[in-house]
Amino acid sequence: MPKNNIKNKKCPRINTCSALYTPKVMEAFKNPHNYGKIKDADGIGKVGNIVCGDVMWLYVKVDSSKKGEIIKDIKFETFGCVAAISTSSMITDLAKGKTIPQALKIKKEDIIKKLGGLPSVKYHCSVLAVDALVEAIYDYFLKNKKDMPEVLQKKHTKIQKEKEIIEKRYKNWST
Amino acid sequence: MKKIYFDYSASTPVDKRVLKLMEPYFSEKFGNSMSLHSFGQEAKLAIENARTVLASIINANSSEIIFTSSATESNNMALKGIAFANNLPGKKKKNHIIISSVEHPCVVESAKWLVKQPWHGFEITKLPVDEFGAVNPEDVKKAIKENTVLVSVIHASNEIGTIQKIEEIGKICKDAGIYFHTDATQSFGKISIDVKKMNIDLLTASSHKIYGPKGVGMLFVKKGTVIQPILHGGGQEQGLRGSTVNVAGIVGFAKAAELCKKEMKIENKRLEILRDKLIKEVLKIKNSRLNGHPKNRLANNANFSFDFVEGESLLMQLDMQGIACSTGSACSSFNLEPSHVLLATGLKPEQAHGSLRISLGRFTTNKDIEKIIKVLPKIVEKIRSMSPFKCQ
Repeated sequence: MPKNNIKNKKCPRINTCSALYTPKVMEAFKNPHNYGKIKDADGIGKVGNIVCGDVMWLYVKVDSSKKGEIIKDIKFETFGCVAAISTSSMITDLAKGKTIPQALKIKKEDIIKKLGGLPSVKYHCSVLAVDALVEAIYDYFLKNKKDMPEVLQKKHTKIQKEKEIIEKRYKNWST
Repeated sequence: MKKIYFDYSASTPVDKRVLKLMEPYFSEKFGNSMSLHSFGQEAKLAIENARTVLASIINANSSEIIFTSSATESNNMALKGIAFANNLPGKKKKNHIIISSVEHPCVVESAKWLVKQPWHGFEITKLPVDEFGAVNPEDVKKAIKENTVLVSVIHASNEIGTIQKIEEIGKICKDAGIYFHTDATQSFGKISIDVKKMNIDLLTASSHKIYGPKGVGMLFVKKGTVIQPILHGGGQEQGLRGSTVNVAGIVGFAKAAELCKKEMKIENKRLEILRDKLIKEVLKIKNSRLNGHPKNRLANNANFSFDFVEGESLLMQLDMQGIACSTGSACSSFNLEPSHVLLATGLKPEQAHGSLRISLGRFTTNKDIEKIIKVLPKIVEKIRSMSPFKCQ
């Protein structure tokens, strides 16, 4: 964990935001990478946070390569705060070109580190990004009737519970 | 890039005329108002003059004004000071307090804290509000019990600007023989207040919301009110608030209030025109709504919700264009909960998520309004383009 996170931990009560975010977070927010839809996506991960109400969708396009199956393209659609949008952008950067086992190894700490830190009150946004990627890959496995690795199944079951609550909340909003 | 400030409900710049009057009280006239020598008397005179000015603005007597460090302190004192002073052992229980569901957090938290205190058995009733955030005075009447000691209702909402029927509520409290406190932090200096006519027993006001310095507030306490201090000390403020008095701040507060009072009518007219133009234009954005009362609201407040948009992102996108606003989004709060005021008006959490408060003030110009009207729809559209939810 980068050192400046310790500093951030002391000021979660500040509710105006620019002082709260690192320049890297703000850069990702200003110019997010890979946002939008992939129309013929191989997998879509849809997640939401039950506490704050943010929603994140990730689309992946999978292709085979010498290294095995890789994430050839990835895009996001996010309804959420600065941190949610910057973590969305960062996970697409981190996952693009990775093999599926590599992509599944991306942790929230990797995202936080790449963003130069996140306020502790916003850590859950990085969890959301990791979960969205897991879900997108799960969806790809499911759609292509591939053997589901046990880890992936476990992660999916856990994420699914939160998702049901959030979907209920937004049931009147069309997508 | 010229920055535009649209967050006057959060704080205001100190008016140059106010600052000028304060200046001598830092290094020249620095005396402690409790000292008997000439330095002390000079300071004493300054704060007593300020007290007279502030009292006259709300039609009170100067002896009824207690200076504090902030509106938060004043509200804490009103609730805790009344609660503890009036619930005495061996006497009839007076341990019930009524507040509204659109109070500032410092009132809500003070009330919650009281409930947690042992021995007293304090209880709180939170009054509902209608879709515009207004308390129905009839609900106050219904909520009053044998053991009710205090009713506290915010005069005008800091978030949605809705103005409450204070006079009617005050009358109900007066008839029931119950203390009535109102948090007038947002309304003081913007709406005429007459504590006698409005039957107010305690009133909170703050300096930095009306172009005065930060760190100064006041609590009007009607003569004869039984109240305890929360800061015990050297007998300042008639023994009701220990602490060396912030002379420069108080001088500034009074001057700021005087200016607001003098310019109130013209300023309100000016702001109303700007605000109504803003509201009319912003509501042209698809899936948007106005929060708070359409007419009965502070002249400087506009609060909107945009579906499929998260408020913190909206706020930061505006900030990047040099425009400063505020939001009730869960993402921007320390506890990740959306604004309790917006929820109380019946908004769903996801609607409160996309709220934006635009508050105008003395230095807001027509040009500023034109700018935000131009910028806001594009930003809303940009954020919506990133969202999985789409407008129908």
